[in-house]
Amino acid sequence: MINPALVDLALQFLLLSLLSIGGANAVIPQMHLYAVEVRHWMTDADFTQIFALSQAAPGPNVLIVSLVGWKVAGIAGGIVSMLAMCGPSSVLTYYVAQVWERFRDAPLRIAIQRSLAPVTVGLVFSSGYVLTRTTDHHWTMYAATAATAVTVLVARVHPLWLLGAAALLGALGVIQPAQGPLP
Amino acid sequence: MLFWGFLKIGLSGFGGVLPFARHTLVERERWLTEQEFTEVLSLSQFLPGPNIVNVSVIVGRRFDGVIGAAAATLGLLLMPLVIVLLLATLYAEFAQIDAIRRACYAVSAAASGLIIAMAVKLSTPIRRTPWQVAVCAVTFAAVAVARAPLFWVLAAVVPVSLAIAWRDRE
Repeated sequence: MINPALVDLALQFLLLSLLSIGGANAVIPQMHLYAVEVRHWMTDADFTQIFALSQAAPGPNVLIVSLVGWKVAGIAGGIVSMLAMCGPSSVLTYYVAQVWERFRDAPLRIAIQRSLAPVTVGLVFSSGYVLTRTTDHHWTMYAATAATAVTVLVARVHPLWLLGAAALLGALGVIQPAQGPLP
Repeated sequence: MLFWGFLKIGLSGFGGVLPFARHTLVERERWLTEQEFTEVLSLSQFLPGPNIVNVSVIVGRRFDGVIGAAAATLGLLLMPLVIVLLLATLYAEFAQIDAIRRACYAVSAAASGLIIAMAVKLSTPIRRTPWQVAVCAVTFAAVAVARAPLFWVLAAVVPVSLAIAWRDRE
């Protein structure tokens, strides 16, 4: 008997694969909406932890997809979600790559690019906003988010150093997840 | 060869692997020129799907069709997938320890900052075009504030944006 959640996950990520213009970071709000608010597979705190793990691990940021699947249906869930997320977009990319060269300077191609760019930017801003709303419940957390964003924008620091510094400050209790008990 | 090349790319990157992909493909293995890499990347960003996965599909396809694309993508994702699932299993074991949970929340706060910074960087080329700023704002309002499902937001916003871009072409 196949776990129905596995089918649900697969269908959701097959769809998301084709909607993820701008990559995996663009679909974080939709993943949160579906996994936390529609399906109640996990809490905000679970989602926050999954996001942190996906960012702390080596590899592409699409790994968050496998962790959502893992949380819902174990190792099988992780693998199925990843395959579903990469499948349709990879097939599309494969075929578009074949014809792309011919349309290099076509006005339609330029128009498509110019029309999708602002959508991608809007989606990535949405991810930042939804993650901040989901994660930050204490002023020290907002401060950590703001300090990281500003540091990356003004200085050439490797992001891993900033995540490491945050982990240390968190473990020491300087950055507080929330008022009162741990969520 | 493709498999191993992309295996190394997959393992090398923390918080995004694109810079490492460029280094491996252009400088070390010389599979692509700088110009070719930029073209592959722009196509990957414009198509749906994880950008680096699209890069591996396009580069793999160039070398060996479907088999090349599959080998490159598998190489890219295999080890990171194993590592992240291992990490998650370990984390589940140790999540009762307060300091580890606290560290995890703090990392999440900082990583949210990385995403915001990335959005700011991505916005550079669209800031001077009012209609693009408007499309960006509408997308944000629908997805982040109203929490509308992504499918419907894109179904509504993309055709309008495309129509404006078409009328605005030089």
